Amino acid sequence: MSLIEVRDLRRTFRVRRRDDVVAVHDVSFDIEPGEMVGYIGPNGAGKSTTIKMLTGILVPTSGHLRVAGVDPSKRRTALASRIGVVFGQRTTLWWDLPLRDSFELLQKIYRIPPARYRQNLDRFLELLDLGDLLDTPVRQLSLGQRMRGDITAALLHDPEILYLDEPTIGLDVVSKGRLREFLRALNAERATTLLLTTHDLQDIEALCDRVMVIDHGSLVFDGALTQLQARGGSSRTLVVDLVDERPAIEVPGAVTVRVDGPRQWLTFPADASAAPIVSAVAAGYDVADLSIQEPDIEDVIRELYAGR
Amino acid sequence: MADPRALARHARAYVDISALWVRAAMAYRASWWMLTIGGFLITGIDFVGIWILFHNVDALGGFTLQEVAFLYGGSGVAMALADLFVGRIERIGQMIRLGKLDQMMVRPVPLLVQVCADEFALRRIARVLQAALVLGWGCTYVDWTPSRALLTGVMIAAGTAIFFALFIGFACIQFWTTDSAEVANAFTYGGNTLTSYPLSVFPSEVVKGLTFFFPIAFVNWYPSLQVLGRDDPFGYPDWTQYLSPVVAVALVALALLVWRTGVRQYRSTGS
Amino acid sequence: MNGPGSLYVAIATRAFRRYSTYTGATVAGIFTNSVFGVISSFVLIAVWRANPDAGGYDTTDVVTYVWLGQAMIMTIALWGGGAPADLAARIKSGDVALDFYRPVGILGWYLAADVGRSAFHLLSRGLVPTLVGGLLFDLRYPSGPWVWMAFAASLPLALLVSFAIRFLLAMTAFWILDDQGATLLASAAAVFFSGLTVPLVLFPGWFGDLVRVLPWASYLQVPADVWLGQRSGWSAVAGLGLQAGWAAILLGACALLLRVAERRVVVQGG
Repeated sequence: MSLIEVRDLRRTFRVRRRDDVVAVHDVSFDIEPGEMVGYIGPNGAGKSTTIKMLTGILVPTSGHLRVAGVDPSKRRTALASRIGVVFGQRTTLWWDLPLRDSFELLQKIYRIPPARYRQNLDRFLELLDLGDLLDTPVRQLSLGQRMRGDITAALLHDPEILYLDEPTIGLDVVSKGRLREFLRALNAERATTLLLTTHDLQDIEALCDRVMVIDHGSLVFDGALTQLQARGGSSRTLVVDLVDERPAIEVPGAVTVRVDGPRQWLTFPADASAAPIVSAVAAGYDVADLSIQEPDIEDVIRELYAGR
Repeated sequence: MADPRALARHARAYVDISALWVRAAMAYRASWWMLTIGGFLITGIDFVGIWILFHNVDALGGFTLQEVAFLYGGSGVAMALADLFVGRIERIGQMIRLGKLDQMMVRPVPLLVQVCADEFALRRIARVLQAALVLGWGCTYVDWTPSRALLTGVMIAAGTAIFFALFIGFACIQFWTTDSAEVANAFTYGGNTLTSYPLSVFPSEVVKGLTFFFPIAFVNWYPSLQVLGRDDPFGYPDWTQYLSPVVAVALVALALLVWRTGVRQYRSTGS
Repeated sequence: MNGPGSLYVAIATRAFRRYSTYTGATVAGIFTNSVFGVISSFVLIAVWRANPDAGGYDTTDVVTYVWLGQAMIMTIALWGGGAPADLAARIKSGDVALDFYRPVGILGWYLAADVGRSAFHLLSRGLVPTLVGGLLFDLRYPSGPWVWMAFAASLPLALLVSFAIRFLLAMTAFWILDDQGATLLASAAAVFFSGLTVPLVLFPGWFGDLVRVLPWASYLQVPADVWLGQRSGWSAVAGLGLQAGWAAILLGACALLLRVAERRVVVQGG
């Protein structure tokens, strides 16, 4: 049995009388313990609705759903001790109170044994560099600090699954990096299962071996990140800057797709070697500069969305 | 729900969460005292109003000022206790809009406990105190017997439970439309205002409605008739005067059912 | 039309529209007003049954008074709120500094907004409960065009006095950090001294004489007495004069305090 089992999960919303909108349309997937899964898709695609069903906030309209062996919406409170949830745009911490008070209340609410609580808190404070901020009211924390506080709050009770909804939204580059590093360490150390929705594909690249793409309520891709890259991005691009403007370059094994002044773009199969093409170009033309573009995950996803 | 150990655990969680809010409010001690004293004075104004009415009449619906004080105090204490402990549920529409409800739903404490304990305001105790003082004065009029004392205690408990049910049941409307919180006021605060006066001021059809359909008359009216040694002006049988606990249990059960229904069809916020 | 007049109209229209979008809240409020109207009506009918000419009113007068009271609650924002509450929020957030650089005065700006709000509440939460009251009870209506005209003058004066008091309260936010306590007390004073809980005509002795000339008497007692014909002729003029006097004094105080506040904001740079 998988840790998360989803079969033909559907959720519709009644917008006006007799007007149903299908937010999640017969989605199926399994997630095994210890997996780190990225869940991506455009706004309104059904990401949040799925997460809310997985956590028991929303009752599915139809379909089968088991998280850690239980039906989330029926056993929501029991399941709560086994999962952690971070809503990126809204803090779960108590706004006017110092972080310490929030954490201590969570200890009581989750009935965390004191020794375990202390151990976890110390570890997370160190990893997330929060030690100095324990007595600062949450409202005075920066966005990045608050997010780290929220993640600590979601992990104090040793959840088996951590849901992260846009965890890096609004963070600066340094904070993002630190957060990703922490999540990787967490997964390595405790085998915590991670399901993360994000707009930032670098989050996925840094953390997830597996990606699920949802669009208009349906899963359009579920597989390894490399597979996703290979799928749409079956070609690489060689960007050539010539000394002068020239007509389209013609070399064997590559196709010129674009010419803009002295710069030209040539595509070639992703599994082919770039070396013979580069030498052919260099031999036949006056080259000022060369670069190779790897398939861009955003392009791939855009193609996936468009291909539906 | 019926498991006493689970109930004790939920009560404990309620206390833990409320204690946090009390501590937070106490950070602004001067403001807390001002609001508490202010709250005490303001709820007191209600009774001053009744006292002014009695400057113009000797009896209201056949009841003297001290009897009215007993009725007013009985309803007031019940309302104030319910308000203190579960009154925050009025804000559930706001909690839904701000996404706070979603956050509460992923914590291992029953949602109802968290909603009621959220931003727990101890200063509302001022209202309990004010109503208790008026009730205390009304009590000096009563010709006490052990059974009347017992009935008074039962009345307060049942009345509190009835208001508790009204707060919860009517707040659930906000699961469907989040901006109509005020409808609930008509039933909670309206019910409190209604029962602050002897029901004999109302036409018999209204009292029938308040007995059978919206049974707020059981908050204080029926048991008070017994405690004050009055005949029922509308001729209802004496045993209705002992029925408050039954009505309270039924209403609480109904309210919890409505609550469950509301939570199960909760739609969350747009994002 | 491009003068400042059209600007005030625009502000008022915008406020009117803003409040008209809260349909659910409006319907809920009308329901609640009606429920409380019914309760108060029966209680006061019982008082007048025991003392048929208490305060110089008859039963029809007092029931009408009750429903006028429910209609006035939101029309003049009796409990507080309205545009001055927005000002208080802007003072706390510091945005008020911008208000001082607007081409129109702060007082006029917020008054226009409150008039727009009031117009919406008059049409919804004023008119509808009055109709409900009229269906359920026997009410008294103004007895002729002069009475209608006097009431039409008394209503905006009631709004002006209420606006000025709410505006003064909002301005305390310039000096006091936490205004919750003051707001609570102001709201309680308004409910009690306006005669919303008990008509001021029932207040005994010198205390009654006093409350009937306090600013809050302008909220409900004076307009209701005009409507009921309890104040007619010179007495009506005196009532309107009382309202106008308080409006002038309180708005003057607003303007004065605003200048002090402005100096403070400008010196401190917001």
